[in-house]
Amino acid sequence: MTTRDTAAPPARLDPPPDEVRSDLTHQLRATWVVTRRELLRLRRDPARMLTMLLQPLLFVFVMGTGLGSIVDTGGDVSFRTFLFPGVLATSVLFTAAFAGISLVWDREFGFLREMMVAPISRGSIIWGKCLGGAIVATVQSMVLLALVGLVDIPYSPVLLLQLTGCLFLGALLLTALGVLLSTRIKTIQTAMPVSQLLIMPMMFLSGALFPIAGLPDWLSLLTRLNPLTYVVQPMRQFTLDRLDLTAEAQERLLPGLTWFGWEVPVVVQLGAVAVLTLGLVALAARVFRTTE
Amino acid sequence: MPDNPRAPAIEVSGLTKSYPSGSGVIEAVKGIDLRVETGQTYGFLGPNGAGKSTTIEMLCTIRNPTSGTARVAGYDVVRERDQVRRRIGLVFQQQTLDVQLSAEQNLRFHADLYGLSRAEGARRIDEVLAMVDLADRRHDTVTKFSGGMKRRLEIARGLVHAPQVLFLDEPTIGLDPQTRAAIWDYLHDLGRRTGITVFVTTHYMDEAEHCDRIAIMDHGEIVAEDTPEALKSSVGTDRIALRTDDDELAIARIRERLGIEAGVHEGQVTLAVPEGAAVVPRLFTELGVGIRSVTVNRPSLDDVFLTYTGRTIRDSDGPQGRSFPFAGRR
Repeated sequence: MTTRDTAAPPARLDPPPDEVRSDLTHQLRATWVVTRRELLRLRRDPARMLTMLLQPLLFVFVMGTGLGSIVDTGGDVSFRTFLFPGVLATSVLFTAAFAGISLVWDREFGFLREMMVAPISRGSIIWGKCLGGAIVATVQSMVLLALVGLVDIPYSPVLLLQLTGCLFLGALLLTALGVLLSTRIKTIQTAMPVSQLLIMPMMFLSGALFPIAGLPDWLSLLTRLNPLTYVVQPMRQFTLDRLDLTAEAQERLLPGLTWFGWEVPVVVQLGAVAVLTLGLVALAARVFRTTE
Repeated sequence: MPDNPRAPAIEVSGLTKSYPSGSGVIEAVKGIDLRVETGQTYGFLGPNGAGKSTTIEMLCTIRNPTSGTARVAGYDVVRERDQVRRRIGLVFQQQTLDVQLSAEQNLRFHADLYGLSRAEGARRIDEVLAMVDLADRRHDTVTKFSGGMKRRLEIARGLVHAPQVLFLDEPTIGLDPQTRAAIWDYLHDLGRRTGITVFVTTHYMDEAEHCDRIAIMDHGEIVAEDTPEALKSSVGTDRIALRTDDDELAIARIRERLGIEAGVHEGQVTLAVPEGAAVVPRLFTELGVGIRSVTVNRPSLDDVFLTYTGRTIRDSDGPQGRSFPFAGRR
């Protein structure tokens, strides 16, 4: 049996870190640490970047080409060109929702514990997961964005920046939804189908695959209730603005989005998505704090 | 509040935890008191369901107590949660690594979460990786690691932020004897050099011998608490284990003729007597049951455990029936 010399005072440990740093700085830093983990995971698994490319490419080049022969886009713009911004927007749906529900994996594989017992707030974990997931999904979709030239969309730096911004906003929205689901759903077997249940209607009701004019009332209402619509429409507008379209073609491909007859400006559309997204992240953080 | 190195590392008073359950309330922890001095290696033993997991979770700020107080490293586990968290290291029974990242990235993540500076983090990471002999594997993805390597990495991670108290829940389970010994050597060395307090649960009674003090918990209460030596003397008896042709009859005769209550543990008739060697000849002459083997053991921690809980640790808490107190079940 060992007996230790308790008379001598024990050597001091390294001073506990971080006492002086303000709480907010610490929480921001913690958020960034959680965010960076998502990025590291993507970097360690670069194949993930490419696997998500297949579905959007099928949509644009197979469906777009196949249907292009019977769809009248009114002249100089091909159906594929019309389709591209919409498909680009929907490409973040899957990757971002997937990034969001990875919280369920973190819980199942125990890693969530490591974060839960660290001296950081639960809000930091949620914000970090959302930001990290959104950045990862955006980066994945940027691979697709690099292909705009294939559908006769010019490589304009401003346009690419606008589209990237919209992609990030859409990705953050979906990641937040995924994270919110993960705060309530505890098994991956449930999280996967539930997120599919959310994604598919969002994709089809967003106007990503067809113009949202002249729709029957029920469909028109549903598209206006779908937050993704307000990501798809601006992206299509930014894109078509770069092409010299006749007013008639413009009206046909990109009818204005209206609320009770008021044509909603792009800024308001994006602003609405941003407000909703922040609300979802805050809600997820709140649920997480009370249930985890 | 300054850290007072003379304050006890862990100070628990009247700590309780109750859970609502069906019709009533389960009292998992029934008002325990505990004091662990700074620099001690403290063993926490008890059968399954004794409440020791719940106790550790309260000390680690994972669960809030129903009543009572607990201070760890001088801070209240409820009111000063983050201060406690910065000063404790945790090694869970359940694996909690990100297996998609490298060993170093896991440690880096931990160092960042605990607010270590870049340079300090790098220095600590080098140190702890060398300690667990994983320095040459630092860039490998954790998926490539064996169970033992993962466990070593988790112990290293628990030490990255230089905690004052290190909590380990079954740290050596599933490891080969060599690694177990190496880990205990390091824990001792660590204690001597830095005055770190180690609070450990274990199923290996030989490991409990490494501890300065031991608490045994049963039915939500601490039933024994002392140094291993003192606990062994308190049991004060030798333990005789017999293999017989008829255990039932043997137990009956022992009661009848020697006036001693015997029981069956691990397939052997077991009895506790002050002077074992003197009793053995009487067993042969008075039992009238075929005796195939006799062993006399001086008291060990196994006997201490048996005396205070009525079970051997293997009876009560075998690897099959074990729970994972830190598992994420909610």
